[in-house]
Amino acid sequence: MDVVNQLQRQFIDYSASLHREGFLDDQFTQLQKLQDDNSPDFVVEVASLFFEDCEKLINNMARALEQQQGVDFKQVDASVHQLKGSSSSIGAMRVKDVCIAFRSFCEAQNREGCLRCLQQVTHEYSLLKNKLQTLFRLQQQILAAGGSIPVVE
Amino acid sequence: MDSCNCIEPQWPPDDLLMKYQYISDFFIALAYFSIPLELIYFVKKSAVFPYRWVLVQFGAFIVLCGATHLINLWTFTMHTRTVAMVMTTAKVFTAVVSCATALMLVHIIPDLLSVKTRELFLKNKAAELDREMGLIRTQEETGRHVRMLTHEIRSTLDRHTILKTTLVELGRTLALEECALWMPTRTGLELQLSYTLRQQNPVGYTVPIHLPVINQVFSSSHAVKISPNCPVARIRPAGKYMPGEVVAVRVPLLHLSNFQINDWPELSTKRYALMVLMLPSDSARQWHVHELELVEVVADQVAVALSHAAILEESMRARDLLMEQNVALDLARREAETAIRARNDFLAVMNHEMRTPMHAIIALSSLLQETELTPEQRLMVETILKSSNLLSTLINDVLDLSRLEDGSLQLDLGTFNLFAVFREVLNLIKPIASVKKLHVSLNLAPDLPEYAIGDEKHLMQTILNVVGNAVKFSKEGSISITAIVAKSELLRDSRTPEFFPVPSDNHFYLRVQVKESGVGISPQDIPKLFTKFAQTQSMATRNSGGSGLGLAICKRFVNLMEGHIWIESDGLGKGCTAIFMVKLGIPERLNEPKLPLMPKVPTNHGPTAFPGLKVLVMDENGVSRMVTKGLLVHLGCDVTMVSSSEECLHVVSHEHKVVFMDVCVPGMDGYEVAIRINEKFTKRHERPIIVALTGNTDKVTKENCMRVGMDGVILKPVSLDKMRSVLTDLLEHRVLFEAI
Repeated sequence: MDVVNQLQRQFIDYSASLHREGFLDDQFTQLQKLQDDNSPDFVVEVASLFFEDCEKLINNMARALEQQQGVDFKQVDASVHQLKGSSSSIGAMRVKDVCIAFRSFCEAQNREGCLRCLQQVTHEYSLLKNKLQTLFRLQQQILAAGGSIPVVE
Repeated sequence: MDSCNCIEPQWPPDDLLMKYQYISDFFIALAYFSIPLELIYFVKKSAVFPYRWVLVQFGAFIVLCGATHLINLWTFTMHTRTVAMVMTTAKVFTAVVSCATALMLVHIIPDLLSVKTRELFLKNKAAELDREMGLIRTQEETGRHVRMLTHEIRSTLDRHTILKTTLVELGRTLALEECALWMPTRTGLELQLSYTLRQQNPVGYTVPIHLPVINQVFSSSHAVKISPNCPVARIRPAGKYMPGEVVAVRVPLLHLSNFQINDWPELSTKRYALMVLMLPSDSARQWHVHELELVEVVADQVAVALSHAAILEESMRARDLLMEQNVALDLARREAETAIRARNDFLAVMNHEMRTPMHAIIALSSLLQETELTPEQRLMVETILKSSNLLSTLINDVLDLSRLEDGSLQLDLGTFNLFAVFREVLNLIKPIASVKKLHVSLNLAPDLPEYAIGDEKHLMQTILNVVGNAVKFSKEGSISITAIVAKSELLRDSRTPEFFPVPSDNHFYLRVQVKESGVGISPQDIPKLFTKFAQTQSMATRNSGGSGLGLAICKRFVNLMEGHIWIESDGLGKGCTAIFMVKLGIPERLNEPKLPLMPKVPTNHGPTAFPGLKVLVMDENGVSRMVTKGLLVHLGCDVTMVSSSEECLHVVSHEHKVVFMDVCVPGMDGYEVAIRINEKFTKRHERPIIVALTGNTDKVTKENCMRVGMDGVILKPVSLDKMRSVLTDLLEHRVLFEAI
């Protein structure tokens, strides 16, 4: 029991810190609410899908921006839009904010700015991925120890 | 004889006679020889002489005669035989030729004579032609004058100019001494001298119109010669000279009304003016035919020109009148508008200004009622409250009525629960009725629809007013309220023959009857009930306290709802019945009966709020697709997911009740999909509700969604509660255009 409590407390703290630092926002909480007995791994599934999507999009954007002769800003913009949509669906606030800035650089057709944003996005994304993986591991541990995931409001 | 100077004395100059013969012969011969010479000379000179042969013959004859006479000269003396021979030959030839010539002349002389007659004939002809030429020239000149005159006359549309020009030109063309125009006076009994050529200001000469000479002129369409002594011709001061000939012609004055399409105007109804023309005196000139013709033509032209001028004057006058009227109308309209605006402003101000103090009074009086009061004080406060309530009602009524009259009041249509309206009226009226110990009963017909489309507030106001009146005016007994759907037989009420309601598929007529067994109304008072501010004697004695506006307002509302209201009474003391019919709409049959009536706040928070609701989600973004699905699955829906518009169109069917589609992804046209879905499902109740999910909150997106026929727009990301309430709203109302 103690272990469970401890783990749960750890989980709550970690969740709170993620929210506080702006990695996640309210949307993520909503997603957690959707998890129930019918779909117990809902959040994990969504997160995995998000990671796959992100990597694909980032690769696309990198390739597009590497073109020496004439960058296709429209394509980049499309990818950024997708990324923005995905990140806001999952509640990845920081990623979403970078995407917003990214979009304005795309509209201005500023290659330097875009490259900078791409770096930022990649950075944020990897950060988030790590954090979420930690969170999920904690969850697994709690479940393995026989406890239940506490609901963080 | 040696003394004579004649030819050589070969001859014997014995006899004097012989001498003279000798000389004559000589001269004859000479003449005879010179004649042909002359002939030849002149003939050669003239180019044309048809009788050359005759000339030759004649010449030969003459020559031979001359030769004979010449030879004769030698025969006076002794001559040889040769001379005799020559002489004889000559004589023979001469005889032959002269006989031939004589014969020839018989033929020729008649010809020559006839030439002479022809010449005479031609001369006559030439003289005749000359005369005719003269005539034609005069006619042509006359024609030219006419044309010129006509041109002058018709070149202006001013009456005076026309007439003046006519006289001047006529005077000039015909070299007249005086030319005058007599116009009929207004009375038509006299002719007044209106225009003259020479005199500057013809003053007031009048002649009666029925003089024989004037009648004579008027009855003929030609110019008529009249005596210079008749009154119309005696314009100039009389002088010692012989006045010239005078001609008068009628000038028809045409009026618009004279022209009918089928028959030309009768002569007797025409008015004429008289034109008098005088040739110069002492000139011995006569009126020629062509001059008379000229005058007639001119008179006709003048008539036409005058009628044109008259028509123009008329139309100008009419136009001026119209313009004046227009200006006046415009002014009146602007004044009316100003008045209306002033009235509206006044009403608006009064509305606010009157109500504010009223509210204060009513509110404070009610508050005062709650406090501790002595009985007298309580009575006073109650009176204050009652009076101020009445006043407030009066103010509301007046303002309402004036708005109704303005036409600016419109019905506030909406779907509402009919039964609830009646129940509420009952609830409101029960306390008062029970105080008066009146029994109120409500009967609703079984086929009366529960829901209707109409103006709920005003319908309740009307029912309340009618029922309230019934309660007010009954001292005892019972009041029964009946509401039924009016059927066609009942629709044609004999008392209201002008009211022909026509029920249709989406409308029905509600007939409400309120019967009270009270004092009743006498039949002559019934019409006054619906007029404003009119109170009948019997009503006034009943301490009603009403302003008399209530029923008038009800009538206005009922009329707005395309209905009719009337009161029947069997007389004083026998109670009365108020009946009204209004047109209400029938709401559409939707899935509403299946769903419970959702109150504004959703009370179910359970996970399965929408069991088995088939929903289609279209989103290109995998993550948000999954999230949306998760939301909906959590709410119990049966979710189908598609990731492209083609798939969406392929999969969508009438089983899906709602379609959520993402429209903010560039490149994929969610709007297009919406349009296609609209096309695919033609019946409205088969079509799924289409909702757009978007990250854009701007107006353009919303407008675009509305334009393509979507039923709602939701801003991503969607929370669980939001999704729940959205679905609730959508299924209840089928439309949702906020949830941003």
